[in-house]
Amino acid sequence: MALLTVQGLVQHFPVAGSRKVVAAVNSVSFDLEPGETLALVGESGSGKTTIGRCVLGLIRPTGGLIRYRDVEMGGRRTVRSPELRGKLQLVFQEPAESLDPRQRLYEQIDEPLRALGVNRADREKRVRAAAARVGLREAMLGLYPAEISMGLQQRVGIARAMISEPEIVVLDEPTSALDPTARAEIIDLLIRIQRDLGTAYLFISHDLSAVRQISHRVAVLYLGMIVEQGPAAKLFARPSHPYSVGLLSAVLLPNPTIRRESRISLAGEIPSPIDLPKACYLASRCPMVEERCRTRMPEVETVEPGHLVRCYRHEEVVRDGDAVDYFARFQAEAERILGAGMPPQVSTGQPMNESERGNVDHG
Amino acid sequence: MAEAPAKGDGAPPGSSATAGGSGGIAFFLALLRARPAYALGYVIVATVVVLAVLAPWVAPYNPVQASPVDFLKPPGWPHVMGTDATGMDIFSRVIYAPRIDLAIALAGTLISAVVGSALGAAAGYYEAQRGIGTFAAGFVMRAADVLQAFPVFVFAIAVVAVLGQSLQSVVIAVAFVNTPIYLRLMRGQVLSIRRMRYVEAAYIAGVSDFGIIRRHVIPNAMAPVLAQLSVNIGWAILLTAALSFIGAGVEAPTPEWGSMIAMGFQSIITGHWWPSIFPGLALAVTVFGFALIGSSVEVLADPARRRALAGELEARRRARLATA
Repeated sequence: MALLTVQGLVQHFPVAGSRKVVAAVNSVSFDLEPGETLALVGESGSGKTTIGRCVLGLIRPTGGLIRYRDVEMGGRRTVRSPELRGKLQLVFQEPAESLDPRQRLYEQIDEPLRALGVNRADREKRVRAAAARVGLREAMLGLYPAEISMGLQQRVGIARAMISEPEIVVLDEPTSALDPTARAEIIDLLIRIQRDLGTAYLFISHDLSAVRQISHRVAVLYLGMIVEQGPAAKLFARPSHPYSVGLLSAVLLPNPTIRRESRISLAGEIPSPIDLPKACYLASRCPMVEERCRTRMPEVETVEPGHLVRCYRHEEVVRDGDAVDYFARFQAEAERILGAGMPPQVSTGQPMNESERGNVDHG
Repeated sequence: MAEAPAKGDGAPPGSSATAGGSGGIAFFLALLRARPAYALGYVIVATVVVLAVLAPWVAPYNPVQASPVDFLKPPGWPHVMGTDATGMDIFSRVIYAPRIDLAIALAGTLISAVVGSALGAAAGYYEAQRGIGTFAAGFVMRAADVLQAFPVFVFAIAVVAVLGQSLQSVVIAVAFVNTPIYLRLMRGQVLSIRRMRYVEAAYIAGVSDFGIIRRHVIPNAMAPVLAQLSVNIGWAILLTAALSFIGAGVEAPTPEWGSMIAMGFQSIITGHWWPSIFPGLALAVTVFGFALIGSSVEVLADPARRRALAGELEARRRARLATA
């Protein structure tokens, strides 16, 4: 059984002063297995953060089902109830705001253990271990958040999330507020923690290169709906949905002379989530649009086991060879420019699931 | 107030007690050197308090002993501030008065701060939640609206009129009129703090509502409350004196600034200004002192402003060293 099952999740927010609603999440379903990373990617407003907040019970979904192991969440069963407490955790986008400015780092990391009622001696041991794990020096534990850098603040946030030994951590854009160096370090840290502790990650991000490094599977969101979901390596190399192609080709390349060969480029405006079309949400922007796309929402189809797509013409998207793995191009180009080549991103001796992450070579 | 209390339970042993070099008494003294106005505030209040405490030894006369022979003596010797219409020594009465005024103001303000902050914290925290919490929060806020709809002074008179004239009534009146201030202040703070990510983190970790309010919301919301407290004590002294002035507060001959002004003001018309002016001056200066302390507390209790100030002090120190 999956660790986390989300089925038909719907989240509508009322619009003030009107009877209309903002349809932030529209029937989203996915599973999360123990120890894996599922990335939710999409533009701002695609509902990825909302999904994370629903999973953690910070907002009550309008509809749908969220199950953690065999516990159906909702009502009185929340991440706060004693049997689930500490099992699901969250790392925030804004490191500074995620820490209480008036508490020492030690107390912040300690907090989830207090909530679990762990005795003081054990807490102290575990806080020190957690701090060491994320690379915080012992002397730093007496400092206040404003006295350390953003990268270190994010490490404190990660230590706090990991200290209760959660099975699932929702990572809500954990790298997007950081500078590139800190970003790379945080991603490495998260990968290492997952390898050591077997924590499952729900990785919410629009940072596609981070997604590629860390995730085993990727779900692409567009206007609150998953348009494509599949293994990271496959999805990055051969996206099957026109929107995935468009999103992936938006990656910046370090060489402006490389032309974008993709014939699929998205034009036009994103429909308003207050007034969504009854048919395919991408119909107004898709270069491959047909009549049926404008009249009826395509069903989810299975390209191959574990790879789902919601598009009538997904076979053509793949067959026409429009998809170019821009990340492979990026890496090749970067290596060429740097001459000596990029440092290896995955160390050797990794457990088996490492090979499933998105950043392994393929071709 | 100079340093956020280290929570002994959670602080790691041997951790440094300073926040960016901005902790402790040394920082407080440096602040007073850099901002003489704040120092003046503390000096005023300290003087008033010390004189009041030592009044039995400092005061040259018994503050309630009338001496009909010496009535309305102008300032001079041995009556430095003169005597009033019943011949009581004004200087002695002026330094005795804060025993009443300050006690009433402190008690009333503290009660209103505790009650108002607690209600405001709960109202702000539960307002966004569904069910009975929202309803209760709304009820508390509307009640505060009603209280604040009355002019403060009229309302205080009404409270004393209902409860009967006594010291306790004045304390309750002061507490009553100030409670909505803390209620609103705390609610506003809590509404913004409860959306903070660290509160969400605590929520997800399963920290109880009470624990979140106690460990995160109140410590972060306290800065403006503490500042308000010092300013409010000043206002409360003013209100106490005003109630006594119109005869709804402390009764003569108990030494109290408001009633002294009231007793003296009929004499002003005949050129005897001193029975009213000296208690009035004492009152004004004391309120001013508390206002200055309020401004300094605002700086000290806000981590961001505190750090900015610490940086400024450090820069000054460097500049001084460079010129030396």
